[in-house]
Amino acid sequence: MEHLSGGEIVIRALKDAGVKHVWGYPGGAALHIYDALYRQEDVEHLLVRHEQAAVHAADGFSRSTGEVGTALVTSGPGATNAITGIATAYMDSIPLVVISGQVPKAKIGQDAFQETDMVGVSRPIVKHSFLVTRAEDIAETIAKAYYIASTGRPGPVVVDIPKDVTEPSYKVPYEWPSSVKMRSYQPTNKGHRGQVKRAVKSLLSAKQPVIYSGGGVILDDASEQLVKLAQRLNYPVTNTLMGLGAYPATDRQFIGMLGMHGTFEANTAMHEADVIFAVGARFDDRVTNDLNKFCPNATIIHIDVDPTSISKNINAHIPVVGTCTSVLNEMLSIADELATEPDTKAIDAWWAKIDQWRADKGIYTASRYEPSSGDVIKPQDVIKVLYKETKGDAFITSDVGQHQMFAAQYYLFDKPRRWINSGGLGTMGFGLPAAMGVQLAHPEAQVACVTGEGSIQMCIQELSTCSQYNLPVKIISLNNSALGMVRQWQDMNYSSRYSQSLYEDSLPDFVALAEAYGHVGIKVTRYEDLEEKMRECFALKDRVVFMDIVVDKSEHVYPMQIPGGSMGDLYLNKAEKN
Amino acid sequence: MKRIISILLENESGALSRVVGLFAQRGYNIDTLTVAPTDDDTLSRLTLTTQGDDQMAEQIVKQLHKLIDTIKVVDLTVGSHIERELMLVKLKASDPEIRAELKSCVEIFRGHVVDVTASTYTVQLTGDSDKLDAFIDAVREIGIMEVVRSGVSGISRGDKFLRV
Ligand SMILES: Cc1ncc(C[n+]2csc(CCOP(=O)(O)OP(=O)(O)O)c2C)c(N)n1
Ligand SMILES: [Mg+2]
Repeated sequence: MEHLSGGEIVIRALKDAGVKHVWGYPGGAALHIYDALYRQEDVEHLLVRHEQAAVHAADGFSRSTGEVGTALVTSGPGATNAITGIATAYMDSIPLVVISGQVPKAKIGQDAFQETDMVGVSRPIVKHSFLVTRAEDIAETIAKAYYIASTGRPGPVVVDIPKDVTEPSYKVPYEWPSSVKMRSYQPTNKGHRGQVKRAVKSLLSAKQPVIYSGGGVILDDASEQLVKLAQRLNYPVTNTLMGLGAYPATDRQFIGMLGMHGTFEANTAMHEADVIFAVGARFDDRVTNDLNKFCPNATIIHIDVDPTSISKNINAHIPVVGTCTSVLNEMLSIADELATEPDTKAIDAWWAKIDQWRADKGIYTASRYEPSSGDVIKPQDVIKVLYKETKGDAFITSDVGQHQMFAAQYYLFDKPRRWINSGGLGTMGFGLPAAMGVQLAHPEAQVACVTGEGSIQMCIQELSTCSQYNLPVKIISLNNSALGMVRQWQDMNYSSRYSQSLYEDSLPDFVALAEAYGHVGIKVTRYEDLEEKMRECFALKDRVVFMDIVVDKSEHVYPMQIPGGSMGDLYLNKAEKN
Repeated sequence: MKRIISILLENESGALSRVVGLFAQRGYNIDTLTVAPTDDDTLSRLTLTTQGDDQMAEQIVKQLHKLIDTIKVVDLTVGSHIERELMLVKLKASDPEIRAELKSCVEIFRGHVVDVTASTYTVQLTGDSDKLDAFIDAVREIGIMEVVRSGVSGISRGDKFLRV
């Protein structure tokens, strides 16, 4: 048997776990690991400019591929810088393994230089964590970390390794475990057959059904099954912010995103539904609005791999614990056996209603905002032009704010894993590093980061990482000279008192900034230039391009749920309520 | 309603802090908590009591189960069960009359005087929490110097058991 040092084992175990790329940043406690990294070629390391970005990049990599993302950081400040990234992944159930260096075992608890209790600090935002105390345990721990991160409801796992455990002179036999078994962790995959049958029957008997699907469908690669079931039934489908792309947005049966900034037709259909089929979704407060007024007539069928998501916010009448893929497959086969068809007459009448809502108040059927012209560029139009220029087939990462909602509403995602945003934590700064991860995984694809002049400045240093590794992402910055989403709330709830949401004249020259990093900067101020400049941007295939697009400052995101109301209580624009 | 939740946990570093952390993180209270290794020293048995309605108890159980280190979780309150708590009480007892009164009180509660000085009695008592509360009420006037309670341990009645 081969004998390796702890540091060498870390890297070898990553290789054996199938890892090809690690995003990270070195420092004292991780240096033995970094030295082992230097002496091999199987695992490529990408040096970011801030540890938060390492985790977001690993996250973007994971979201776009379905594989586990990996980050490596040092102890203390390296570890704490990673925290926002870990929390972001945790809230959206993204499988990551984050390896952190730690001070030597003998120094733990001494307030040693760069000591932070990483297992303690990260505890509420990880799926699980390990502190490895012996070189002999590293391989098995790393194997467990990947297993835990990627199975059940996925999530980030932290592996904290004290420096002495990676000591180069201490060599131990290396063996990669052929399989992982844990008596305390055995996630449920298959749904209870009786419950699945009840779910199918209830679904088939519906007169005003809605299929409400979330990020779980994407995480479990169950999009194909979802589409099959929905199309077989001819039921309307709405996706959550995290679920966009699981059902093709350009299909007739898609009624748009639901929730706080969801479409009128999706939110109203939910409110009036008699059966809601929730799959891989979690009745988040950004979806439900006031829980007491939530969908008063609906029987709730809820499929989720995580039992704690079921009946947490909204009581499920028919709960099914299992993976989206296996339960949907089983539902399809039970539907075949039962040979019962949906009530077509009722469903046709339901569609007539929905189509009417769509025609009257939808955001796709007619323009719900003033048109762009001259030097007034509407942010919505930027997304529409982006959609057109990329033929709807780009990977779009996003930051957080109005631009994020406009992207979610107006870029019609027809495929899963194309829309990559921080939905749960809402992390400004996510977009650019996530785009790097996506681009690394898909070198030939068009990758665009839709951002705002506020968010982009939270991880702008990564423009340098893009240079180092030739990651030609396109930055589409909707520059409204404000923390736009904050300002929208201040307009709506604080009589337009713009407390700290404006920068006065302090914004940088983004074109010059991009150029300083060796990239291309393009500023757009007139609507008639937008299409051409966007084309120019994507024609520069091998370059990072920063599009600084000056958009209408006064625009708000609509529809918007009225706080304290039901799902269907919406502001449709500045003047109109429903 | 009072809930007694019993957990079989991997006896590993960090496992207990995850359980306790979960309660803080989700806004649940822990009223009592006891933990010790079982006959199999790779396992810890943990009993905790909390307050909550059925829905909350169900969430707590599910959340606990989701922790990677937990092997089994049950809400003992759902079925018939035995609940025991150990209490040590140090009482002021210099007056002979009071000493006599205390002794009879301890007898009534089936306790034991486990330590005696010229001015104190130390009493040991086991039972469910209500019984221990009742004893405290009975001797409060006399003068309690110190109370130490172990927190509740619980086990289900009958053939059911919690084991790997
Ligand atoms: C790290 C972080 N801090 C604060 C917030 C709160 N927040 C949400 S949106 C927003 C404004 C974003 O501004 P910008 O990126 O310019 O986007 P816009 O809304 O203008 O499109 C803020 C401050 C957040 N989501 N994340
Ligand atoms: Mg802005």
